Amino acid sequence: MYSYTLKRLFQGVITIWFIATATFVAMHSVPGDPLINERGVNEEIRRNLEERYGLDRPVFEQYLIYMSNMARGDFGISFTQQNRSVNDIIREHFPVSATLGILAIVFAGIGGVLWGALTALYRNRLPDVIIMFLVILGISVPSFVIAALGQLALVSLNGFIGFSILPVAGWGTVLHMLVPSLVLGLGTMAFLTRLMRSSMLEIINADFVRTAYSKGLPPTRVFMKHQLRNAILPVITILGPAIAAITTGGFVVELVFAIPGLGRFFVQAVQQLDYTVIMGTTVFYGAFLVFMVIAVDLVYGLVDPRVRLE
Amino acid sequence: MSELSLTAADFTPVTVEREVQSISRPSLSYWRDAWLRLKKNRRALISLFIVVGLLVFTIAGPWMWTIDPATQDLDQLSTPPGANRQAKIVAPYVPWVGITAEPAPVSEQPIGATAKIRLAQTATTQSVRLEWDPVPGATGYRVYRNLYDPEPDGALGLPIGEIYDVRRISYEDLLNLSPTRFWYSIVATDELGREVSDHTTLMVDAIRVVTIDQAITDGLVGPHVTPELGDEVLVKLHPLGTDYLGRDMLSRLMYGARVSLFMGIVAPLFFVLIGILYGSAAGFIGGRVDQALMRFADFVVALPFLLFMILFKIAFGIGPGESGILPMLVALILLSWPATARLVRGQILQIREEAYIGAAQLLGAKTHYLILRHMIPNTLGVILVTLTFAVPSVIFVEAFLSFIGMGVAPPTPSWGSMCNEGIQTMLNHPHELIFPALLISITVLGFNLLGDGLRDALDARMRSRE
Repeated sequence: MYSYTLKRLFQGVITIWFIATATFVAMHSVPGDPLINERGVNEEIRRNLEERYGLDRPVFEQYLIYMSNMARGDFGISFTQQNRSVNDIIREHFPVSATLGILAIVFAGIGGVLWGALTALYRNRLPDVIIMFLVILGISVPSFVIAALGQLALVSLNGFIGFSILPVAGWGTVLHMLVPSLVLGLGTMAFLTRLMRSSMLEIINADFVRTAYSKGLPPTRVFMKHQLRNAILPVITILGPAIAAITTGGFVVELVFAIPGLGRFFVQAVQQLDYTVIMGTTVFYGAFLVFMVIAVDLVYGLVDPRVRLE
Repeated sequence: MSELSLTAADFTPVTVEREVQSISRPSLSYWRDAWLRLKKNRRALISLFIVVGLLVFTIAGPWMWTIDPATQDLDQLSTPPGANRQAKIVAPYVPWVGITAEPAPVSEQPIGATAKIRLAQTATTQSVRLEWDPVPGATGYRVYRNLYDPEPDGALGLPIGEIYDVRRISYEDLLNLSPTRFWYSIVATDELGREVSDHTTLMVDAIRVVTIDQAITDGLVGPHVTPELGDEVLVKLHPLGTDYLGRDMLSRLMYGARVSLFMGIVAPLFFVLIGILYGSAAGFIGGRVDQALMRFADFVVALPFLLFMILFKIAFGIGPGESGILPMLVALILLSWPATARLVRGQILQIREEAYIGAAQLLGAKTHYLILRHMIPNTLGVILVTLTFAVPSVIFVEAFLSFIGMGVAPPTPSWGSMCNEGIQTMLNHPHELIFPALLISITVLGFNLLGDGLRDALDARMRSRE
């Protein structure tokens, strides 16, 4: 277990190195000088940046400087926002995105497991048909359309009630978080529902379930103890990709609902070609996702005794 | 011991009574069987029709509906489908001097609202001419226009004119007129330029008009008909309405479908092909090379996909006048091949160990025969399913990138960029968002259901599963 964890962490570090290198190569193959764009860069910032990153030196040397800065956790200074380092931006705005994402994952997880179990229990009956129709809809409608529809629903809800019961945009209170995180989790919820349904259907007639019934356990106990706990296992494996999907889905939701999260700053940086912010946030997100996937794998090993981590 | 006397007649040949298995039904090839299974699956069949319909819409559509997606119809901006297209032919626009009057005698009473607003001329989309009674004590007027009745909450709308000359009691509105109902409000201002609290509102229905020249150049009348003033004509038809720049939605959707479906079909074809070559090379060669190749694929899989799509899009750049489809295609292919490579390698390693491969080898089959006859047909089903599922995910990626402004460059339409534009005016003109969003959803739904159906039909192991 420990050696497996160490091995995975080591692989993770190498993966992050690969991500950082690929980011460096991609950004350095952008034609032209990153410091000269059509808007021009403040002369002082330019001198600081050139000195800091040695942009007049050979590419390989620049790469070494960049990597050593990254290794020390220094992502550099923003090109478009004066006196703001990328670290500041991440420190300030990542917690917002993380809160949104965690809430979305919680919504998606609980909803997915419940709906999935429900559809399996009511297989081919009305609840199953209705929920599976909604699930197919949830998988087929793009995230930004769901976000726009969610906002539209809020507007009409507030209009119907006559006062602003739930804020339409912005960030700050729990009320602000409710609808955006629900919207963000919806796609993943649909996906998890489908997964949970098929894994529940496999288990619903398993031998151990029949044994549990025949030894006289009440149905709720069979459901909670034997069916649900076993059916949930495949859902956990998909949590890694689900976290990735919710992270990038967050970009759209943050844009539509005007939430000051890191995703919105990333999109903004991309549109303004703020090179250091793009590189910094890409490596940061990459590292985050790599470690999330490792964490999910380790948790899976803890939860399912049949999986032996080697 | 008695002697046994046997004659030749005692020896009759034993007849072998054996049930010979006869094939009572015609033998089915793998593909024929798969097709029959697909046909039995109603959902898959419907999705097949959807996909075919979309392809027809995309390929044949622009021939049937020949309006150029870039042409702007400035008379019909953000027009929803089914809007009234009637227009009256009028003379060309002539500037209006307006109406002036001696200011009303100042009275002791506080400044109020004007007694009456009149239309100086029928309100048209060419111009709306208002005149009103002078207000005693006023030093000027402010004109407001609203799209709904200001009465209940006193919202007068957009301030469109400010009049400082106290003698002028008329206003001509030329701003962005459309054939709808407007509420014009006149508010008098006092000697300090402050608005007084009273206002008078007039409801105006503007009618759509075109000039003779315009009717002829736009082809609104027949080729040999000379339009006359006052004639009723129909302005150009836009079956699905127009967008905020007056471009035809139907034709933009068709051309957008070309971008979205082109990406959705060509990108998976390429990255699946690369994945097949890479994966089968790794699977066949095996050993160290296999290890190294698959380790590299693992790294590419670990890259955060959408972030690197954005990164590559920036790195490739879009030159002036380019649509940016090619860079997106290359970025997609560069990032998406490893999944197929892993799948194909796994399949090949698995099939190589199957008993029928050994049997074929014992019967003297050559390698190329094994590959052509056993390996390819047995992996093709899985690959086809992957390909079908890759189409909706690529369409999603394209839509996502276009939505955050990293997709195809304007004016090239794509469904994602149309959604992005439509979302800005979602509250007032929902049709600009609904149609592209609906098409994306239908396409993704169609390909997802088709993928499900194909998986059920082609993949024997998945058959018993739900």
